Amino acid sequence: MAEMDTSSGGGHKKGPGVKKSKKMSTRVDLTPMVDLGFLLITFFVFTTTMSKPTAMNMNEPKDDPDQQLKVKQSGAMTILLGKGDQVYYYLGELTAENASQQFKSTNFKDIRTFILDKKKSTPIGDLMYIIKSDKDATFKNAIDILDEMAINDVPPGHYAEVDMSPTEEQLIALTEQANGIK
Amino acid sequence: MGRAKLPRKSTNIDMTAMCDVAFLLLSFFILATKQKPPEAVAVIPPTSVSSKAAPEKSILITLTKEGKCFLILGDETKKKEVLKDINTTKGLGLSDAELTKLNKLGFIGTPLGQLKSILALEQMPTADKLLGIPIKDSTDNEMVDWIRSITNAYAGGDQKELEEKLLIKGDNLSKYPAFKNIKYALKKNNLFKFRIVTNSETVPNGSELYIKNKELLEKK
Repeated sequence: MAEMDTSSGGGHKKGPGVKKSKKMSTRVDLTPMVDLGFLLITFFVFTTTMSKPTAMNMNEPKDDPDQQLKVKQSGAMTILLGKGDQVYYYLGELTAENASQQFKSTNFKDIRTFILDKKKSTPIGDLMYIIKSDKDATFKNAIDILDEMAINDVPPGHYAEVDMSPTEEQLIALTEQANGIK
Repeated sequence: MGRAKLPRKSTNIDMTAMCDVAFLLLSFFILATKQKPPEAVAVIPPTSVSSKAAPEKSILITLTKEGKCFLILGDETKKKEVLKDINTTKGLGLSDAELTKLNKLGFIGTPLGQLKSILALEQMPTADKLLGIPIKDSTDNEMVDWIRSITNAYAGGDQKELEEKLLIKGDNLSKYPAFKNIKYALKKNNLFKFRIVTNSETVPNGSELYIKNKELLEKK
């Protein structure tokens, strides 16, 4: 296969002055070429990332003041996203006197257990997660927390993004100062 | 008893066939892989467990980490209509030639007022030199105008079709308020459903969703 017929054709008699050329085999060792071929294949296979971007659905509520959703205090958990990937949360409603006890800080790793605890301890009809993002929170934070809802299988309609109140902003600022988060 | 003499065979294998296969595979992989379309604006999106693939012909709103906003109209059929609409509604006074030029651009990332002067330039500045579409707050938000033109162009058709195409792609490090202002622009135009482009991530083991997916699989 990988050779060519180099024998000078059909037994022609050569003249007396013509030297008989040496017969050379054209058989090429293809092993290195195969090696190279497979090397390239493996290279391409490993370097191509198969990542196709995925899309996450978002449903925003209509801003209708007449149709504001009433949330039961017992079923509400407010999650606040702050600077430096920090997460703060509190259950129910924030009251002036025990705000500091209610208000807890955590991070993205641990928030999952708190979300899950709340989900398990509350009847599904009352369950509501209120997500509020600080001006220093990143886009990643906002998406991560929504993703966390998906991971914990919180049904749609049981979490919502809401604007932050000045009291909460203050509390975050105080906690950030206390914890030394820049 | 003498042992039967085995004829000595050559260990030289003809490699040609194997070589053929290797290069056939190589050429197949090279030709079959789709090249990623060059991105005008480089952003690293966050990850999510969502497994739905992002549509290809999309209206993509990109948010960079500096908080600049770019619009990429990927649906060629309606692109011209969108541009024409914004030209008339906002009174930009662009000529037909300028509109054609704008139509050819891969992305839009300038304030409306600068559009004409940018189009007059010989060479388009790169994305990092542009200002982006202003989305400062609810009053200074040109995204609202763009989205309005988009909805006008898609008017009469299926609202769902537009919703399927609307994508927001943000960089991990972009700030939340910028994202909020984009959401505001969409909501202002009665678009409440859209999608966010993310990189896929595996569902964490043992999480609620993981258990649910497993149960679904077992049912099947």
